[in-house]
Amino acid sequence: MHDAAPPRDLAIEFRNVAYRLENGRELLCDLNLQVRRGETLVLLGRSGSGKTTTLKLINRLLDASGGDLLVEGKPVRGWDVIRLRRMIGYVIQEVGLFPHFTVERNIGLVPSIDNWPPERVRKRVQELLKVVGLDPEVASRHPRELSGGQRQRVGVARALAADPPILLMDEPFGALDPITRAELQREFLDLQRRLQKTVVFVTHDLREALLLGTRIALMETGRLISLLTPEEFVRSSEPMVTAYLEAFGTDLHDWRTH
Amino acid sequence: MQTWQFIVQNYTQVLELTFEHLWLVLVSTALAVVVGIPLGILITRRPLLNKPVLGLANVIQTIPSLALFGILLPAPWIGARADRLAILALTLYALLPMIRNTYVGIKSVDRAIIEAGRGMGMTDHQLLWQVELPLSLGVIVAGVRVATVISVGLATIAAAIGAGGLGEYIFRGLAMVNNQVILAGAIPAALLALAADFGLGWLEKSLSPR
Ligand SMILES: Nc1ncnc2c1ncn2[C@@H]1O[C@H](COP(=O)(O)OP(=O)(O)OP(=O)(O)O)[C@@H](O)[C@H]1O
Ligand SMILES: [Mg+2]
Repeated sequence: MHDAAPPRDLAIEFRNVAYRLENGRELLCDLNLQVRRGETLVLLGRSGSGKTTTLKLINRLLDASGGDLLVEGKPVRGWDVIRLRRMIGYVIQEVGLFPHFTVERNIGLVPSIDNWPPERVRKRVQELLKVVGLDPEVASRHPRELSGGQRQRVGVARALAADPPILLMDEPFGALDPITRAELQREFLDLQRRLQKTVVFVTHDLREALLLGTRIALMETGRLISLLTPEEFVRSSEPMVTAYLEAFGTDLHDWRTH
Repeated sequence: MQTWQFIVQNYTQVLELTFEHLWLVLVSTALAVVVGIPLGILITRRPLLNKPVLGLANVIQTIPSLALFGILLPAPWIGARADRLAILALTLYALLPMIRNTYVGIKSVDRAIIEAGRGMGMTDHQLLWQVELPLSLGVIVAGVRVATVISVGLATIAAAIGAGGLGEYIFRGLAMVNNQVILAGAIPAALLALAADFGLGWLEKSLSPR
């Protein structure tokens, strides 16, 4: 059943992937999912549904216990793990900036360890600060001297630094006030129109999913419930999907107007 | 005040013994740093070694110092000279705080930061040198501080096996039942301990993140 060669436009492919803990508890079960090159696939689901676990399988922070997982047509185990990770930008849920590095060193980390010349790294950092809407003068500050929203922007800039073709974003705009969040979402759409990265974006916010996703993968207790475009999602009559729609209220028909 | 007179009158000998004392402490602490920090790092990488290494260091710590000198006495090369013997014993005592603090320091670096580093494709080596060690430096220096202060105290016992140091005065004073002589050893030793505690405490604070 795994005979078909992966189509050329697939960046990531899960085939019957499972992830079990050592004690046998199954966190992900029979996951089948294809992420097309250049799309923004949103993983939507409640807390504990396995979204972060799914992301970590892609950059091998976790290793699948069963099934096949392919990145750019090649099984993840066949990749050199360091090379794999350097071509996948990762925005972690807890932001995880290095507290002892300046913003500049944080953002420039992957280019630096990839041995870019320092002058080029510096230029790239300045460029990225503009991209994520930060004042160039924050470059010399430490993370503790930034607001939560600024830190999240730095986290996104850091993931973009070496211009990776794939981005994994784990609730990158979580814990922000609605206005800043909307602003970052707009900027993300702008950026994505220009850069056309393959993005796997985790959220539990339905509005965010509808706004940003080309497709939405709804997860529940380690299983993929449905995989739908936003248009299909709002019209779906699947019980899980309608439960989600109801929980977020009924004014979702204008979800793409802002 | 007679103690001061004694110290002033014998200041060349007091200084000599103080330097001997310092030498024992510095060499043994340096050795403990060189052995203990890598061991501490090792057990963060090889969890299976964690219990045996920390357990052994713990056991050493519970051996009374005079007994440890006695145990080490038959060792070749080491047992041949009192100062070697003293330095080895002091090193062994200093290992536990070094190993434990290195281990705890690295283990208490925020998981999210480590995960971010690994996720971005840092090698284990890069993660260790650029993230884990800088962020645990404060805790590691705290280990050096504890080890040094303990070592200043323990080094007085080295005089019992003829390794010199300020313990000379203490043992001589005890034998002569002369408090002046005891204090001429105890006071400089206490001052050394305070100075080490203060100096390394300052270093610890300035190296701790935040
Ligand atoms: N290392 C671990 N050990 C034990 N259980 C774990 C571990 N990592 C995750 N889990 C469990 O796996 C399940 C899925 O976790 P995961 O982090 O993928 O959820 P999530 O969808 O990202 O949730 P959230 O929205 O809260 O971030 C949860 O029930 C969680 O408790
Ligand atoms: Mg999560």
